[in-house]
Amino acid sequence: MNSIRTLIVDDSSVMRKIVERSLKQAGVEMSAVLEAGNGAEALAVLADNKVDLILCDINMPVMDGLELVKQLGGVPNAKGVPVVMITTEGSESHVVQALSAGARGYIRKPFTAEQVKEHVLPLLGVNA
Amino acid sequence: MKTTGELLAGNASGHENWGKVLEVAAREVFELMLGCTLTHPETPFEEVREITAMVGLAGLLCGVMGIRCSLKASTCMASKMLGVEPGTIGPEMRDAFGEICNMVAGNFKNKIARLGNECMLSVPTVITGNDYCLHSPTDSEALEVRLLFEDMPVIISLQIHN
Repeated sequence: MNSIRTLIVDDSSVMRKIVERSLKQAGVEMSAVLEAGNGAEALAVLADNKVDLILCDINMPVMDGLELVKQLGGVPNAKGVPVVMITTEGSESHVVQALSAGARGYIRKPFTAEQVKEHVLPLLGVNA
Repeated sequence: MKTTGELLAGNASGHENWGKVLEVAAREVFELMLGCTLTHPETPFEEVREITAMVGLAGLLCGVMGIRCSLKASTCMASKMLGVEPGTIGPEMRDAFGEICNMVAGNFKNKIARLGNECMLSVPTVITGNDYCLHSPTDSEALEVRLLFEDMPVIISLQIHN
């Protein structure tokens, strides 16, 4: 697996660190880890940066994760980039909304590094 | 296969088993995110309320989920969550503590039929100090689970407003 550029979107800086650690534990090699505290910040980051993977919370102030996923279709730097939701929202309707909007994976908090591995590696072309 | 919590939970109309569900929800968060097991106290303990995290619930269930403990306990939780020594933990302790409450609240509602779809969570609020009083509607119902985290008291509560 090549080293990838990752964007982690969560209003909790602690959770961003934990997601980054889980990706490393899952064996994902990252050349860059970009961070955003909400959907609007993520769009600003993506205006100037290309990434290979986006991990995104749902409940965030300013712009939530579902709205972000909907808007990513119009962002050139996000074209074809897999998005995985990592959220406390575990309902079927949230999963359906996220996947319908374009997310490729859905992980419920609390989560393990093994779950991150199972959901993320296949999207990077690696067998979990 | 249903989890223990899901089997206990029933649905959103009766609250008989919700205390057990709350405990299971908290245990799972502490085990998966902190690598720690919450234990039952052998004897009743005095509450040490130095920090409180709260998450609001709105929709089919309205209320407030809260976690209260000492600053030492919350710092220890943050250090375990981040995998660093307690002495290196700074302001991120409050962020971590709020996230723990958020995950317990989310995990709890996901175990109760219909709540997952029809109950929304607020972002967490964290209060330090103990000189406050939480006022709820007079007809509200309160659930409380008292557990030990690394031998330190932790109280997890759910104030139900409807």
